[in-house]
Amino acid sequence: MDRRKSLKAMFAGTVTSGFMFTSCLTDTEKSAETTTPVAGDSEEASGYGRTPEEAARDKDLMSTTFFNEHEMITLAIVADIIIPADETSGSATDAKVPEFIEFIVKDMPHYQTPVRGGLRWLDYESKKRFSTEFKEASEEQRLEIIEDIAYPEEVKPELEQGARSFATIRNLVCTGFFTSEIGIKDIGYMGNVPNVWDGVPDDVLKAHGVAYDERILSESIKPEERNEVANWDNYNPEG
Amino acid sequence: MSFQIKKTSKVYDVCIVGSGAGGGMAAKVLAEAGFSIALMEAGPNFDPANPEQQTQFKWPYESPRRGAGTTRAFGDFDMAYGGWDIDGEPYTTKDGTKFDWFRSRMLGGRTNHWGRISLRFGPLDFKRKDHDGKGDNWPIGYEDVKPYYDKVDKLIGVFGTKENLPNEPNGFFLPPPKPRLHEMYLKKHGEKMGLPVIPARLSILTKRIDNRRGACFYCSQCSRSCSIYGDFSSSSVLVKPALEYENIDLYVNAMVREVLTDESGKASGVAFVNKADMKDYEIKAKVVILAASACGSARILLNSKSSKYPNGLANSSGVVGRYLHDSTGSSRMALIPSLMDRKRYNEDGVGGMHLYVPWWQNDTKNLGFSRGYHIEFWGGMGMPSYGTGMGMEHLNGLVPGADGQMKRAGGFGAGLKNDVRRFYGATVGMSGRGESIPQFNNYCEIDPNVVDKFGIPVLRFHYKWTDDEVKQAKHMQDTFEELLTNMGGIFLGDKPGADTDYGLEAPGRIIHEVGTTRMGDDPKTSVVNRFNQAHDVPNLFVVDGGPFVSQADKNPTWTILALAWRASDYLIDEMKKMNI
Repeated sequence: MDRRKSLKAMFAGTVTSGFMFTSCLTDTEKSAETTTPVAGDSEEASGYGRTPEEAARDKDLMSTTFFNEHEMITLAIVADIIIPADETSGSATDAKVPEFIEFIVKDMPHYQTPVRGGLRWLDYESKKRFSTEFKEASEEQRLEIIEDIAYPEEVKPELEQGARSFATIRNLVCTGFFTSEIGIKDIGYMGNVPNVWDGVPDDVLKAHGVAYDERILSESIKPEERNEVANWDNYNPEG
Repeated sequence: MSFQIKKTSKVYDVCIVGSGAGGGMAAKVLAEAGFSIALMEAGPNFDPANPEQQTQFKWPYESPRRGAGTTRAFGDFDMAYGGWDIDGEPYTTKDGTKFDWFRSRMLGGRTNHWGRISLRFGPLDFKRKDHDGKGDNWPIGYEDVKPYYDKVDKLIGVFGTKENLPNEPNGFFLPPPKPRLHEMYLKKHGEKMGLPVIPARLSILTKRIDNRRGACFYCSQCSRSCSIYGDFSSSSVLVKPALEYENIDLYVNAMVREVLTDESGKASGVAFVNKADMKDYEIKAKVVILAASACGSARILLNSKSSKYPNGLANSSGVVGRYLHDSTGSSRMALIPSLMDRKRYNEDGVGGMHLYVPWWQNDTKNLGFSRGYHIEFWGGMGMPSYGTGMGMEHLNGLVPGADGQMKRAGGFGAGLKNDVRRFYGATVGMSGRGESIPQFNNYCEIDPNVVDKFGIPVLRFHYKWTDDEVKQAKHMQDTFEELLTNMGGIFLGDKPGADTDYGLEAPGRIIHEVGTTRMGDDPKTSVVNRFNQAHDVPNLFVVDGGPFVSQADKNPTWTILALAWRASDYLIDEMKKMNI
């Protein structure tokens, strides 16, 4: 991309989108533990313009499994606490967010320890408070723990590590959800289709107190002229 | 015609190394003129309309990493095969300095993903030394290049507006697209500060220019390379038509090692590695044109050593690799509360900004730094991608919720989910892209100890910004702060200070590196003459960013194209006169 977009724009993922500004796009940190190869689970990775090397890497990642069953169940519970279903759209698990996180921790190994450790932290905290694993705790008990670690500015010192790993999981859940088909519909993104841009709708301009002036209106491309072939015969670049 | 590789006894008229902007232009002009041509590309063939390679219109969820940049620096859908780091193709740095070298190994090279910002250099840009005493003037001026800028505008297409700004020359402009909402904010508040907020100049077809290429359909994905060729990439717009001629052969996956010379010291062809079989081959040619990128061409020249040319080819001056310079860059972003809870509509537009700010202080003295910068904008309701929705704890505590009460930063559940919606499209950012002053002591050279996987000695970089660039970055930050504040912005992240050189990016990050084979009238202080022809070797040309004496605050591509066309016309003329 345009390097002309700054790195921060790059971080946001696309040319103009996004409002993420704390995480990294690339896996720059040193990798954590190695993954355990498991047979099966090798969804074919293709269809999005990969080079042969990239396709082979995807396939390789998909042939391994990182989280065990207990971790996946716990992750699904936490994901749905972070992004539940509401009147607009489904939940994180409806959008297959845990499966996305399973892939992303293999793609970016620096996530492996914080996420796995964060799930373990929840289990231990739950055992201390309620003598049961997080996934076996009641909904009320689970929310009591999450409430204590979800607001980084007011976390008790003894819970700080829990809050930190929860923030990592929250980031992955939010981005996993809002880049899914369900999430994109939810957020109201209406592009990625051939169309003819003719400016911001009038009511929006008005609501924001701005207007296209005469010059913009006269000089900008008219939708009906876009398929004409430009003719320079009467064009004076100096004029 | 295109084939993988075979050893050939054929002697081509011209061998062109590299298929980006400069090489593509030379290939098109010289193929049309009837010369037999070998076009060498280090990467694979590429066509954005090839379904196997196409990323345009892919959704983030078609990628298991949702478009993140794990394998491609600018994300999964960005159309550059390569990046700042390529497996098996290292480079090094020395003396604790830093330079990041971005390479794209594919037909068309970096023109497949670039920002399409197509700015002519102005009269001042060729003669900056006359005004500030720093660096060197170009041996040529705007009037020499203007006819070629005009031709490039018409051949390739660029939108913009005639602003009659002395150093931002008018051109043959297609009509620009109307601004997006955040750009209207930037225009309103920028103009109050005295900034010229004008339509961007991008090589994207808002209107057709021929019957070969389609008009832009506003998907905003130029960085993915356009499948209907509605934007400029060298492969789609120059190489593809050139290959329709019988007299041109394209060699892909051909990594050029060195330029070969004969007993008389003239170039006689190139030696290259065929990546498919990792064996060495040679191409013979009467003329060699290097267009392998500024650093790529310098590397080839420095590696082309012989008893006649112990310092490398075309390097009697010792300045091959010297005067390497990239644009400066620094950025800031803010949340604009009045853009929250926006009404949804398709705001994709073209791939990149619709408005920008050209440098506005050419006449101001005593700024504390010499050269200017332009400002690029970003924002809007773009396609979500990996990263969208992250960092909510840094946003949702900044402003009151829908109920008017301040919220605790962070959270979870339905409230958090709704916050992500509320902030969508509400952040705006800007980046300065400035002119640096070329330095003899900023350079690339051959590392005596390291080779790449092909056995080719690699580049070693030495690059330090000077006080001029640092002070310019400070000025950028002050401008960004004023403009975003006037827009009611809440800054995201602290203002970069002296400890970070005011957010000045490391050299190489802006990917406008030029200057390594600079142009000049004096063979003792320059590598090529006014027509991109090597002083030492008359049948050797360099037509990438290497010949730039200075790069203005303008993105270099339009000038590379104009100079490559001009050099090709000169070459045709010289061949006709039997001077070469």
